[in-house]
Amino acid sequence: MGYEPQKDFGTPAVESDETVTLTIDGRKVTVPAGTSVMRAASESGGHIPKLCATDNVKAFGSCRLCLVEIEGARGTPASCTTPAAEGMVVKTQTPRLEKLRRGVMELYISDHPLDCLTCSANNDCELQDEAAAVGLRDVRYGYEGANHLGTTPDVSNPYFLFAPDKCIVCSRCVRACGEVQGTFALTVDGRGFASVISAGQDEDNFLSSECVSCGACVQACPTSALMEKSVKAIGKPERSVVTTCAYCGVGCTFRAEMRGEQLVRMVPYKDGKANRGHSCVKGRFAYGYANHQDRITKPMVREKITDPWREVSWEEALEFTSSKIKAIKAEHGPMALGGITSSRCTNEETFLVQKLIRAVFGSNNTDTCARVCHSPTGYGLKTTFGTSAGTQDFDSVQHTDVALVIGANPTDGHPVFASRLKKRLREGAKLIVIDPRRIDLVRSPHIEAAHHLPLQPGTNVAVLTAIAHVIVTEGLTNDKFIRERCEVDAYEEWARFVSDERHSPETLEPVTRVPAEELRAAARLYATGGNAAIYYGLGVTEHSQGSSTVMAIANLAMCTGNIGRKGVGVNPLRGQNNVQGACDMGSFPHELPGYRHLSDNATREMFEKDWGVSIDPNPGLRINNMLDAAVDGTFKAIYIQGEDILQSDPNTQHVADGLSAMDCVIVHDLFLNETANYAHVFLPGSTFLEKNGTFTNAERRIQPVRKVMEPANGYEDWQVTQLLANALGAGWNYSHPSEILDEIARLTGSFAGVSWEMLNERGSVQWPVNEKHPDGSPVMHIEGFVRGKGLFVVTDYVPTDEKTGPRFPLLLTTGRILSQYNVGAQTRRTANTVWHEEDLLEVHPVDAENRGLKDGDWAKLASRTGETTLRVKVTDRVAPGVVYTTFHHPATQANVVTTDFSDWATNCPEYKVTAVQVTPSNGPTDWQEDYQELTERSRRIAGDNSMEPAE
Amino acid sequence: MSKNTQATLVRFANQIAKNFVAIGHDKAVLATADHIESFWDPRMKNAIFTGDRSGLDPIAEEAIEHLLEKGHPGTQTRATDFSKHGDLHNSDAG
Repeated sequence: MGYEPQKDFGTPAVESDETVTLTIDGRKVTVPAGTSVMRAASESGGHIPKLCATDNVKAFGSCRLCLVEIEGARGTPASCTTPAAEGMVVKTQTPRLEKLRRGVMELYISDHPLDCLTCSANNDCELQDEAAAVGLRDVRYGYEGANHLGTTPDVSNPYFLFAPDKCIVCSRCVRACGEVQGTFALTVDGRGFASVISAGQDEDNFLSSECVSCGACVQACPTSALMEKSVKAIGKPERSVVTTCAYCGVGCTFRAEMRGEQLVRMVPYKDGKANRGHSCVKGRFAYGYANHQDRITKPMVREKITDPWREVSWEEALEFTSSKIKAIKAEHGPMALGGITSSRCTNEETFLVQKLIRAVFGSNNTDTCARVCHSPTGYGLKTTFGTSAGTQDFDSVQHTDVALVIGANPTDGHPVFASRLKKRLREGAKLIVIDPRRIDLVRSPHIEAAHHLPLQPGTNVAVLTAIAHVIVTEGLTNDKFIRERCEVDAYEEWARFVSDERHSPETLEPVTRVPAEELRAAARLYATGGNAAIYYGLGVTEHSQGSSTVMAIANLAMCTGNIGRKGVGVNPLRGQNNVQGACDMGSFPHELPGYRHLSDNATREMFEKDWGVSIDPNPGLRINNMLDAAVDGTFKAIYIQGEDILQSDPNTQHVADGLSAMDCVIVHDLFLNETANYAHVFLPGSTFLEKNGTFTNAERRIQPVRKVMEPANGYEDWQVTQLLANALGAGWNYSHPSEILDEIARLTGSFAGVSWEMLNERGSVQWPVNEKHPDGSPVMHIEGFVRGKGLFVVTDYVPTDEKTGPRFPLLLTTGRILSQYNVGAQTRRTANTVWHEEDLLEVHPVDAENRGLKDGDWAKLASRTGETTLRVKVTDRVAPGVVYTTFHHPATQANVVTTDFSDWATNCPEYKVTAVQVTPSNGPTDWQEDYQELTERSRRIAGDNSMEPAE
Repeated sequence: MSKNTQATLVRFANQIAKNFVAIGHDKAVLATADHIESFWDPRMKNAIFTGDRSGLDPIAEEAIEHLLEKGHPGTQTRATDFSKHGDLHNSDAG
């Protein structure tokens, strides 16, 4: 499409079963009851001039530009605040209205710079448009009186500026910050003529205030008062392409607004079903990594990892790689080969990588980063519900009465969903937070959790079983649901188990450290508070009992009947953009796409016939097993697409040992990441802006990703995989990802109805999409569970083997921060670093005092596995005995200290519990110094000036 | 198979067994055997079949013996009851 602003209906859409019909300027219009006259006019193709109204915030009625005449009504009411009524007759254009509007506009313009021709909003400015619409021809007051011209802009935020002289104080930004984002960082300071938009306190600017840089204010601003710096620098976009964000599992839809092949800005798309027009600082602004100087765009190879890199042609790189792979296969057999698919790449790319491994390498040693984040979700939800995905769409939260958030920090990890949740909480829904840390959701402006259960890390199962104990023993179960929808024998066995006194909150309090009364109150609220929904993240899965915790969550939802309708359900908040898709696409070593085990002959034969190869019926190795096998000498080569296992996987030394033991490590990525220090081949990757394909978000929504510029490296990632496969003799000839999607649909039942054309037509669709659900499935298990009846599973609390002791008395847990994403490969290469330059260690004041540590001090963080140093942040967000850090920076490498312990069922690493000691330190550890040296040495590129490292 | 890897496999097997204890000894043995059969690579299975098993807990030990003597006990939990050809239920057990 060409460039045009997204349609703005002036006031939000209203959901109602009733409709009203009115007449606007002679046109009959039927709208849901409660819709404003302004929106009704807009929906029927008209336009009432407006400035303070925009359709993502409630009507405000301040600018008085949208006045209308209504038959039988006195005066000239504001159309934004007047609901349409049955039989109403409205006139939007009369001489009286025109005069009034011109008068209002005249006042606005008398205090507005008339530099339209040089303004960055020229021809993309609502004030300009409305001045034209009302026919303003003269400003009788002159421009010499008191005014706001010449004020200094606030340029503190790296991505947008605030120019007070362009501001008309419509307060759209203030309301967007509150109503849409829920941060309430902005306000109108002063009164009357002195009114000015202010971020934070008097001494604050946008950067130092509580602003989270989500961009909602910029999007809401009708002038250039709040404007992206990129628009100021580049100019107005000339076309836009709708695509899907490549950061977290929320999967926001954006418009990439372009000038030629240059991205001017990313604007959240109002019709995006996951984000409904909202965004966060990462998706909205942090795309600069795509053109960062560190990006590698030419293939590179080296015989030994101690050699410098050698830039080569694609032909040479593929020849080098394929001869190594062929030689290893000839000598050690196919089981010595494997690969890792990327949850950051598209479904089509992921599908091709696992196909390459199974059909061309000839082994099932394929795994994906879901192994280290949500594999327990798969195990747990499959066992209980019969399907391994979240049960709801994100819209569902609008119908939730009680939200239980466990092991997730949505305001940082899934910010756009957090905004939607907070909106619902402000409307009166109740919140229960189960987390060792006092996350922002526990208490923030206009939000306060009814209950925060600050449990000891590692005791999730004990806490959830105690909640179940209260629900069952106090008779709060939904017996009708259990009888009709669940396996009753299994329920009874489970109910007996949880009712045992040893699972009471009082008995477990010494283990969980959660006050029993608080836990009982939370359990009662969850069971009796109306529609109750559970949202969870990696604080649930990344434990030695991750799978058990997921099953315990499912048990709670089933015993209270909170499954199968809007507002309820079990909702895993997926970490990366395409974790769901990577799992769907058969990335795991034991199953083919569509979650069918390799041992199922009929399925295997179907793939064998389609692919023209034979497939090994035995499961392959998981990531951690591949590393073990490498050390043992039975695993020799790995192809890693878009994942940095050295930084993201636990026990860095173990990962390094495994990679060093391999003969051929192929890294396919945008940057020379940490894993590439151990690589022999570097194949340059493409960004999400440079490729076509699909991502599947946390709500099972398959969404198109569209190419807006040519790949800087020459090829989309699926093309690189195809080149590699063909260098090994595969003979693939896909010419567009749609052909891969067709193959997926052909071979996988739940994608049966999906095609590129269908997605282009509908925007997105939630699987399963098939004959029974041709339009997809926003809410699952409505009439029955996918596998007939829901299954209660007894989840006994088995404490982790990772124990505190005299040498390691504290528990370390890890997490994320809003401005950074995962290992930071992308966000560290953007201006987002102004919010988070380094990983910090949060320590409780008591623990800090005992160790003589204060804010900003360097501390050594040591576990049984390894040690690192980082700066301390003293805070009571963490409980005494618990410390917390993020893993966004390779210089810190929190995973040097995390252990090999993992989930019993899926081997998802236990990132969330490590026994540690914290002591004052005055410099980096030996490991950090050695690693720095290794990194510099291994990033040398032959022919570069003075062989400097590439980064 | 290195000593370390063998120790890791023994730890994995024990961990699986411990999480099935609650369903009763005999069922736990079968569920552990089924889990290992469904998710372990052949060289891992071979290592635990032929290597030092002295560190195994009783349930894990019996599960390994079951696999050695009687083979796969068949699906014991829904986690290992996979979609079949043509089925539409979607699940992954990681």
